[in-house]
Amino acid sequence: MKKSLKGFTKHYLNYTVIGILLVVFSILSIVSPTRTMADLLPSIIIAVIAALSLSLVVGFLGELSLGHAGFMSIGAYLGGKVAIALMEAGDFEATNVLVFVIAIAVGALCAAICGFVVGFAALRLRGDYLAIVTLAFGEIVRVIFTNSGKETFGGALGLDNEAQFLGQKRIYILIIIGMVLVLFTLFVIQNLLRSKAGRAITAIRDNEIAAKATGINVTKFKLMVFVISAAFAGIAGVLFSYSKNPIKADIFDYNYSIEILVIVVLGGMGNINGSMISAVLITVLNNRLTDLLKGDAAVYKDIFYALILILIVIYNNAPALKSFREKYNLKNLINKILRKKHDPSEITNDAARWDVVPTKIEMNEVLSTDIVIDKVGRGDDSADILERGGNK
Amino acid sequence: MAKFIDSLKKRVKGLFPEKIHRKTIKSDYVLETENLGISFGGLKAVQSVNLKIKKNEIYGLVGPNGAGKTTVFNLLTGVYQPTEGTFYLNGEELRGLPQEQTNHKGIARTFQNIRLFNNMSVVRNVMVGLHNQDEYKCTVLESVLRLPRHFKIEKKMRERAKELLDIFGLKEERNNLACNLPYGKQRKLEIARALATNPKLLLLDEPAAGMNPNETEDLMATIRLIRDKFDMTILLIEHDLKFVSGLCDRITVLNFGTVLAEGTAEEALNDPEVVKAYIGN
Amino acid sequence: MEIIMTIINGLSIGGTYAMIALGYTMVYGIAKMLNFAHGDIIMVGGYTIVLFFPISPIVGIIASVIFCVTVGIVVERCAYKPLRGASPLAVLITAIGVSKLLQSTAQSLPFIGSKPKGITYNFGNLQIGSVSISVLTLITILCSIAVMVGLTLFVKYTKTGRAMIAVSEDRGAAQLMGINVNFIIMITFIIGSALAAVAGVFLVFKIQDVGTTFGAMPGIKAFAAAVIGGIGSIPGAMAGGLVLGFIEAICGMVPALSPYTDAIEFAILILVLLVKPTGFLGKKRREKV
Repeated sequence: MKKSLKGFTKHYLNYTVIGILLVVFSILSIVSPTRTMADLLPSIIIAVIAALSLSLVVGFLGELSLGHAGFMSIGAYLGGKVAIALMEAGDFEATNVLVFVIAIAVGALCAAICGFVVGFAALRLRGDYLAIVTLAFGEIVRVIFTNSGKETFGGALGLDNEAQFLGQKRIYILIIIGMVLVLFTLFVIQNLLRSKAGRAITAIRDNEIAAKATGINVTKFKLMVFVISAAFAGIAGVLFSYSKNPIKADIFDYNYSIEILVIVVLGGMGNINGSMISAVLITVLNNRLTDLLKGDAAVYKDIFYALILILIVIYNNAPALKSFREKYNLKNLINKILRKKHDPSEITNDAARWDVVPTKIEMNEVLSTDIVIDKVGRGDDSADILERGGNK
Repeated sequence: MAKFIDSLKKRVKGLFPEKIHRKTIKSDYVLETENLGISFGGLKAVQSVNLKIKKNEIYGLVGPNGAGKTTVFNLLTGVYQPTEGTFYLNGEELRGLPQEQTNHKGIARTFQNIRLFNNMSVVRNVMVGLHNQDEYKCTVLESVLRLPRHFKIEKKMRERAKELLDIFGLKEERNNLACNLPYGKQRKLEIARALATNPKLLLLDEPAAGMNPNETEDLMATIRLIRDKFDMTILLIEHDLKFVSGLCDRITVLNFGTVLAEGTAEEALNDPEVVKAYIGN
Repeated sequence: MEIIMTIINGLSIGGTYAMIALGYTMVYGIAKMLNFAHGDIIMVGGYTIVLFFPISPIVGIIASVIFCVTVGIVVERCAYKPLRGASPLAVLITAIGVSKLLQSTAQSLPFIGSKPKGITYNFGNLQIGSVSISVLTLITILCSIAVMVGLTLFVKYTKTGRAMIAVSEDRGAAQLMGINVNFIIMITFIIGSALAAVAGVFLVFKIQDVGTTFGAMPGIKAFAAAVIGGIGSIPGAMAGGLVLGFIEAICGMVPALSPYTDAIEFAILILVLLVKPTGFLGKKRREKV
């Protein structure tokens, strides 16, 4: 009985929790939609999907991406445009589920194509070089949308999606579809990672050279991860387009990408549930503080947020604080509250669990490790072959 | 600009490997290399290496530092493409194949500096090795949709991985992270992972490096066990001459990328050229 | 005529980028971290000159250098030093936090506020033949050349400079050779911040409008410049800065391209990296098999 309970919590607890929340909030949003709900819930849903998709790249493939907002803006603009066009053509309401689904499919597809292109860069570059390329990609997308014509994507004023905008009364459709999509995202990503493909992806993260030598098709899996991640980011973007009017490209700048990255890192790299929880907490915190601190006081929110971020990272990572960290941490606190005794015979580092696999990104080690000499006979290789040939 | 287009072409070509016409020859040997060589910008790192390794043989590749031993391994596993010569595995030419396909064809290797999937458990490390086999085939879609096949294959893989770990005495540690294993066991795990890929030829790059005499002794027994139990052909690089002469059926001595001598360990190591290379005049 | 103007503009923009990129590249090479807050040091320098300019331009420049260096040291000591030896990603996230902290702190200060501030000062023009060049542009070019030469000489011929190279090659070995690594990293931050301050001053005179996020875009572009040139390499940062400067100057001349300047710069960055992954002058680093 105990074992089956443990298996249940491992595999289905997160689905169950989201399922319950889905039912609760669908009813609430249909019966009495409040302003807070209309503001907060869509942002949470978007943040969760964005964080889940980014964690696939950062936490599991081990590549740093700073252009995730670029994929989202592609989803938002193209999905939004398609939705508006369909509504005009067929005289549909914004609540039309079919239009919504088509918009999502289009947004996901377009973002996935861009993900495929960026994935090619990931085949050649790693670490901070890939980070700057993804950042550049995001900025290019932003500049292109900002300078687009008035008729196409609205230019600097943003895409006017009045027809698509749901507002407070009709927000339930976004909440229901959004939460179903959260479930879908979780289902795909979690199942993908807890399978052969996931093992191959983490193997590439841990040691690309060994992965190749073990027969793993690195090209295929890297492209796959980037495509899937981008597709879900595109879905988050389409949801965004339904919740905001107008859609402005400037929102999706690199700061937005960094915000998603921060969520993933604070949630614990390579930890799916952690990413979701931290997405919820950070979005709620942000929203509450924005409500509390209005006008000139709003900057204190940013100061507070930045300080918290710095302190958490230092607390979690500073080598000097290691013993302190082991003594005073959340796990011990929970155990203390639950009066659980620490059992040393228990395997604490149970690597059989997927959700605790830690990730290291050794940026200084992963600089462009394209080890296949693509042009044999290049002059500047002569120096390091002497070194390489040596058996240390 | 021209350079850029060239580079792009190369990139695209790299993704869709050009069709080299690969010959099939009749060969009695598991591995046969034919004038294998590579040069880096005029520097001939390895040249005219002719190895002929019979089935079930433990073959040693020895030589001083910088002799090109690891480069030979890199040529055989597709890390580098040979600039001259070619090589055959059971008569099938493998020149020009990318690393993962070389592995699929049946050459597995370990590394000089251990390369495990450190943040994965021991059993998962071995399971990754099983991925390349048709027997454990399961598409991504099947896994994501959790079709029955996924569970069946996962179970099968786990069982097989456990069997392999049992042979190497690592079954108890199977749920530990690979990076938490002691050094000697990490070496063994790396060999187990290579074996999991079901190779026809196993390449071991300095398996005994950094081991004390007891561990070396143990490793020799393990390598013999692998040969007998898996009917394996093994090519290994080693500096410890006692290890080599105690284990290898035949050896080849390399120096400055060329073959100095070959034969049984005793013959080759007493060759005057070899003595000169190691000790000097 | 146009061509000469473009070249001069390119040199001046490129020189500014190169100065910022030097800060990025040195910190990367020596402390092995991406200092995302570097752009905000520019902003600090910009505001300082705006506030002190009414007293005297020279005082303003000196104050801005001193103030930036102080901020640089404080940031390094409080935020980055505790994380030495931790995973680079943790340091990167902290740097992002520091960047946000600097921006929002600046905004919360009553004498800065959220509205952009600026100074207008006319340096006048220099007439050479039929070409009229702004004196500011000339000063920028001369100053950046001086900085680059000075920095190259410093790194090559002083004890501290050579210690910097040693630390960037191998921190552990340098420590064993008796080099105080923490001190060297601090010196790196001091130099980087001082350069950012100078770049900030030039940018303020050029843009004449300082907001709290004013350093972000030049910062990102300078980062791109550092990567194009090969991150970690000092001459590379200069080359990368100049390349971006020229692209920007050329785009500025063609009306059809000018709104897309940023996109073109970033696209070129991607192309350069795809063709030569280590940048123009970056060291080739291959993992040994």
